[in-house]
Amino acid sequence: MNARPASIRFSWVVGGVAFVLGSIAVALVVGPTSIDRTGVIVESFDAALPFTFESNLADQQVSIVRNLRLPRVTLGLLVGSSLAVSGATFQGIFRNPLADPYLLGVAAGGGLGATIAFTNGLGDGIGAFDPVQIFAFAGALSAVFLAWIMGSAAVTRSSNSGLLSNTSRSATTLVLAGVAIASFYSALQTYLQQRNTQDLRQVYNWLLGGLNTSGWDEVSLLFPVALISIAILASTGRILDVLAVGDEEATMLGMSVTRTRLFLIVVASLLTASAVAVSGLIAFVGLIIPHTVRLLFGSSYRIIVPMSIFVGAGFLVLSDLLARTALSPTELPIGVVTAFFGAPFFVVILRTSIK
Amino acid sequence: MKITRPPRFGAFAKLFGLLLALTMVAAACASADTVVTNVADEAAEETDEAMEDEEAMEDDAMEDDAMEDEEAMEDVEPAVEEAATAVEEAVADELVIVSMSPSATEMLFAIGAGDLVVAVDNNSNFPPEAPTDEALTSFPVNVEGIVGYGPTHVVSSGPIEGLAEVGIENVILPFAATFDDTYTQIEQLGALTGNVGEAGELVGQIQTDIAAIVDATEAPEGLTYYHELDNTFFSSTSSTFVGQVYSLFGLENIADAADPDGESFGFPQLTEEFLITADPDLIFLADTICCGQTAETVAARPGWESLSAVTNGNVVELNDDIASRWGPRIVDYTQAIADALSEVEVAAAS
Repeated sequence: MNARPASIRFSWVVGGVAFVLGSIAVALVVGPTSIDRTGVIVESFDAALPFTFESNLADQQVSIVRNLRLPRVTLGLLVGSSLAVSGATFQGIFRNPLADPYLLGVAAGGGLGATIAFTNGLGDGIGAFDPVQIFAFAGALSAVFLAWIMGSAAVTRSSNSGLLSNTSRSATTLVLAGVAIASFYSALQTYLQQRNTQDLRQVYNWLLGGLNTSGWDEVSLLFPVALISIAILASTGRILDVLAVGDEEATMLGMSVTRTRLFLIVVASLLTASAVAVSGLIAFVGLIIPHTVRLLFGSSYRIIVPMSIFVGAGFLVLSDLLARTALSPTELPIGVVTAFFGAPFFVVILRTSIK
Repeated sequence: MKITRPPRFGAFAKLFGLLLALTMVAAACASADTVVTNVADEAAEETDEAMEDEEAMEDDAMEDDAMEDEEAMEDVEPAVEEAATAVEEAVADELVIVSMSPSATEMLFAIGAGDLVVAVDNNSNFPPEAPTDEALTSFPVNVEGIVGYGPTHVVSSGPIEGLAEVGIENVILPFAATFDDTYTQIEQLGALTGNVGEAGELVGQIQTDIAAIVDATEAPEGLTYYHELDNTFFSSTSSTFVGQVYSLFGLENIADAADPDGESFGFPQLTEEFLITADPDLIFLADTICCGQTAETVAARPGWESLSAVTNGNVVELNDDIASRWGPRIVDYTQAIADALSEVEVAAAS
């Protein structure tokens, strides 16, 4: 058994950054339309940096790079890293390998919110103001909030007589409350959807998730939340490592387990809800990326959390690239790509790491 | 026994949470404002009728004789006029129809069989006199709601499970692929309802009208178009019924690139980048109702402002329903496209 370091190595960070930059470059130059590669890079630098670069692209190509590819790639980075880092956090908080960012009902809540917006004819937002995003965000947060209230109410009423410590019980109860809330919200969502079959297509498209209609408006909504939340979560690896040894032990080490858990849930849920609001329900990323990182680099959350940011970002950008090019000019739902290519890849990593 | 209170939530926070939850539930209920009509009461009396109507099934033989479609019977007897009328009346007395297909509803009313239709599904919003029941949904199909009307025949675009068991005939008129499918289905309904004459006249009229519209329209050569089904860029290829209408005018569908051999499913979701590059001469919006799209919202999409269709004012707003149903209003659909094309000429000339 080879000893694995408990903290992140500089070379891994460099590798992570290189992976992300490589994904960005590939995703920018490859697309359904063939555009001069140098031109795309020059144009992207012109858009991203405060200097002026002159590219030799035609107006329409400039528009494709600036209005379609750049925002799509940027949003892919943000959503991918948000889901992956939230997933890592949830797995740490609950010491549960099956935890993902949707565990406490964010997905069902977002789905219900979006469905309410669509079925009330609010699905036609123009520009930066899109009611669907606001409803999805509010729905997602309300689900987590309810799960927390219900979960903690149940623990408060129960005695501390069992083998489980009160805080461990609280974690389990919270997960179960999340499952219950998610089912309840899904029931409401399905009911609404079936009562309004004329909106079925829009609802269904939203639930599938994707970046195919996204522009700078979505980026500007997600960017501030993602920047702050990811920065906070990236620095909590040590806390998750302490939580990983158990609630009682963490308490003995002087940590207020319940408050810490609440704080992390709030940050990770805000982040996930924002990502869901702009991109719908993209499955798989939040569950598998943290595991992949764990198998590749090590089981300390001081490694898993920051590396998940890089791997998640690059993975989603590449998945979206496949979604828009694999069957061009037809678009593939991104969930199909993330699962179809991600699952076998994950199995390979699982097998090699077990040897 | 120690009772701890892990979360430091004040009563205020809990109240807020509760309010938030209540709001979500209330909003959910508000948007499901359609009230389930109580068909149970009517069901009781109408099932009795249905029992008596069982002999209507036996009349199917007679109806089949009148059928003119491809799977029709061997020899169609040229019936004397009075005899035909007698059959029509006999059939009409005993038929009770529920339509679960908006296209079929439009056909039934257009051939004068509207009085046989007791209820139509929630999406059948035309003609206005159609007895729409919001509780009759197709997804999921409300079989008990249908049976409650005591129909002898249920017309739908796909098979409905469970009708045969209660002795109701399910007439399936699937999604049309061509105009001929529309004509066949109209004639099939004419035979079913004993309105053979009206059905034949209607088909003739549709054919004449469409031919007249196409003749009167001089479309510029080689124009390309994009038919938008929703604002996530789902489209339809020329191999679909929707695309056939455009082919009448010699328009070229950019979505055909997604299905070159015309063998795969004809409703691809296109990538935005491909749409921008293809730069179609005309954009037809069949998502004005579902998704609130207009020429303005299309022009406001990032990267779309410089498209030829946008700069030349060739973004055409269609009625979603007319542009997706294969009933008698295909004439209106054809006319809408013809109108758009004549305006293209004006734009080109000026």
